[in-house]
Amino acid sequence: MPATRVLPTDEAAELLRLVRQIVREQLAPRAAEAEETASFPREVFTLLGEADLLGLPYPEAQGGGGQPYEVYLQVLEEIGSAWSSVGVGTSVHALSCFALANYGTPEQQERWLPEMLGGSLLGAYCLSEAHAGSDPAAMRTKAVRDGDDYVLTGAKAWVTHGGEADFYTVMARTSDPSSSGPKGGGISCFLVPADAEGLSADAAERKMGLMGSTTATMRFDGVRVPAERRIGEEGQGLRIALAALDSGRLGIAAVATGLAQGALDAALAYAREREAFGKRIIDHQGLGFVLADAEAAVQTARAMTLHAARLKDAGLPFSREASIAKLVATDNAMKVTTDAVQVLGGYGYTRDFPVERYMREAKVMQIFEGTNQIQRMIIARSLDKGADAGSDAEIRAYGD
Amino acid sequence: MNIVVCVKYVPDATADRQFESDNTVDRVGVDGLLSELDEYAVEQALQLREKREGEDIEITALCVGPEKAVDAIRKALQMGADKGVHVVDDAIAGSDSVATSLVLAKAREKIGAEKKVDLVMTGMASTDASMSVIPAMLAERLELPQVTFASVVESQGEVFRVRRDGDTATEIVEGRLPMVLSVTDQTGEARYPSFKGIMAAKKKPLETWALSDIGVEADQVGLSASWTAVEGTEARPPRTQGEIVTDEDGSGATALVDFLASKKFI
Ligand SMILES: Cc1cc2nc3c(=O)[nH]c(=O)nc-3n(C[C@H](O)[C@H](O)[C@@H](O)COP(=O)(O)OP(=O)(O)OC[C@H]3O[C@@H](n4cnc5c(N)ncnc54)[C@H](O)[C@@H]3O)c2cc1C
Ligand SMILES: Cc1cc2nc3c(=O)[nH]c(=O)nc-3n(C[C@H](O)[C@H](O)[C@H](O)COP(=O)(O)OP(=O)(O)OC[C@H]3O[C@@H](n4cnc5c(N)ncnc54)[C@H](O)[C@@H]3O)c2cc1C
Repeated sequence: MPATRVLPTDEAAELLRLVRQIVREQLAPRAAEAEETASFPREVFTLLGEADLLGLPYPEAQGGGGQPYEVYLQVLEEIGSAWSSVGVGTSVHALSCFALANYGTPEQQERWLPEMLGGSLLGAYCLSEAHAGSDPAAMRTKAVRDGDDYVLTGAKAWVTHGGEADFYTVMARTSDPSSSGPKGGGISCFLVPADAEGLSADAAERKMGLMGSTTATMRFDGVRVPAERRIGEEGQGLRIALAALDSGRLGIAAVATGLAQGALDAALAYAREREAFGKRIIDHQGLGFVLADAEAAVQTARAMTLHAARLKDAGLPFSREASIAKLVATDNAMKVTTDAVQVLGGYGYTRDFPVERYMREAKVMQIFEGTNQIQRMIIARSLDKGADAGSDAEIRAYGD
Repeated sequence: MNIVVCVKYVPDATADRQFESDNTVDRVGVDGLLSELDEYAVEQALQLREKREGEDIEITALCVGPEKAVDAIRKALQMGADKGVHVVDDAIAGSDSVATSLVLAKAREKIGAEKKVDLVMTGMASTDASMSVIPAMLAERLELPQVTFASVVESQGEVFRVRRDGDTATEIVEGRLPMVLSVTDQTGEARYPSFKGIMAAKKKPLETWALSDIGVEADQVGLSASWTAVEGTEARPPRTQGEIVTDEDGSGATALVDFLASKKFI
């Protein structure tokens, strides 16, 4: 059952109707097979791009859709309810545009952003390394200045769309950790085109789920990147990367909410048909309560995600709430998808029904864009800092 | 080039469809949408414009129908049509094909009075009444050649060449503008509107005309003026339990054939 949505504008309501139609007609019918065969659905991203769905949260003046996060995240949720890999991909694409859209110079933005937001190009975001996931400041990939260029050497791990993307937003060291002052200094951000010489992708990871989303290590073998492709100041890279993740994890929260909704829908449909002991299994209270808890979990995830989005849209600090949303939505998705398998009994454990796939897909949501341990760390630190600063509780009207 | 695409608003085929007490289709109390078969006509008009880049091609979506029918026009505008014309008048309700074609023809004449119309496009049939005769009637009323049921459309200058796939033969038919052209569902999937298309559509010109605006009298149309009226409708009987044929004594094949013959399938 698709969620009831209250949207801030008519145009947003029409947008969501369009998205539901595309999801129903184009995404849902293809998901299972693409996941089974681990095929990356580039044509689906082309379709989303043509419908202007790949640049929604960015300003119209830059070529985006000018939509608040409150609306954009509901679009992601609808996509995620039918196909996690595409939901994640859409979110990662937005993540990879973040640096240029927020830290690029007007010249850089004019030159590259319209194509990136227009949906004809697909992006990837390269922060993690094999030994540096939760602690990206430990990264080793280097960018050494040479005349008008930087020369990038190293490897970025776990890159979503690695080898499939048209551009890569890459964080690399421009100075040693020892000489760069506070932890996390010395890292810079670069916009690297896919056809740059010396850039290559390893074979894709063989994952537990999310097989329709290619994840691969990207190797930088002396890749020359013109200095004009550095986004932001030298040394500003980690700050940019982490700011991008604040928004990015809201995207993951939305996709996880959609995933949980999809799993609940499948479980509910089954529970209304399947009979045991002479009645529908939903009429057995013990099973009905499992569904009730799942519904409560989905709605909680959605509410928290949209609350964080509204703070962001109002220009208020939202980092803590984004972490809470990511934590709650992905933990809830894990629980709901696991319970969905339970509701379908033995059939739930087979690949003939989608719920076991949903369960495998939910797991990764607790891991990427900051593991849920890291989210708790962010929340705890922010509580501590907030207490230092005194009350930060504001009461505001919309539009103030 | 000035193109008018006729778009009909029909009840959503995936929802329950109802008839009014006078046996006309209930168009007001149900969810409706742009007839899927007319989306192909809009798509072909848009593709024509894309193929003939550099030419000044204007596309007007024309719909005859109740107030809600404006949704059909809006969809065409969202897909990329430039303008909309909606003829709405209580007197039109219940019109048969002959009467509907009169309204469409007169509206097309009024559009043409401002700017010459080169091409009138339609779907192959509506998805609700599916007479498939409106294109021919329009051509007759407008005194234009008609090229119908096109599954492939090609054009060069004023000449349009289409493929027409029949049951026994495929014909290539050529016509010269101005003309009426109907296209089939074989012409290629219609595009989705884009989000920017949806926003742009709100600013596109949309005119609403009554019968008096196009010089049609109320007594020329509607149920009373129609040459035909639907006498009655009957819901399809609910599906009965299937018949199971067993083949224990080797009579299964005969039983199957008998069954098929009794249903006139063979
Ligand atoms: C059950 C039933 C039986 C009917 N039987 C008859 C009958 O025997 N004789 C008769 O004359 N009428 C009959 N009608 C009425 C008639 O079909 C419609 O009322 C008439 O308005 C248009 O015919 P159509 O929808 O079949 O159009 P079609 O000829 O199937 O439509 C072809 C194309 O014409 C265009 N078009 C059609 N209508 C409109 C519109 N309102 N606005 C814009 N474009 C349009 C579209 O591009 C469409 O694809 C019947 C209706 C029903 C519901
Ligand atoms: C499918 C997939 C797609 C990905 N896509 C991208 C991408 O597009 N771009 C990108 O840059 N990265 C991407 N990643 C990488 C992802 O962000 C990292 O895997 C994640 O940040 C965790 O890092 P790690 O795997 O190195 O685990 P580690 O950091 O080694 O963590 C191992 C365990 O230790 C825990 N842990 C670590 N530090 C602490 C602490 N301080 N306190 C408590 N517990 C701690 C973690 O929670 C985890 O449980 C992707 C990963 C996957 C699986």
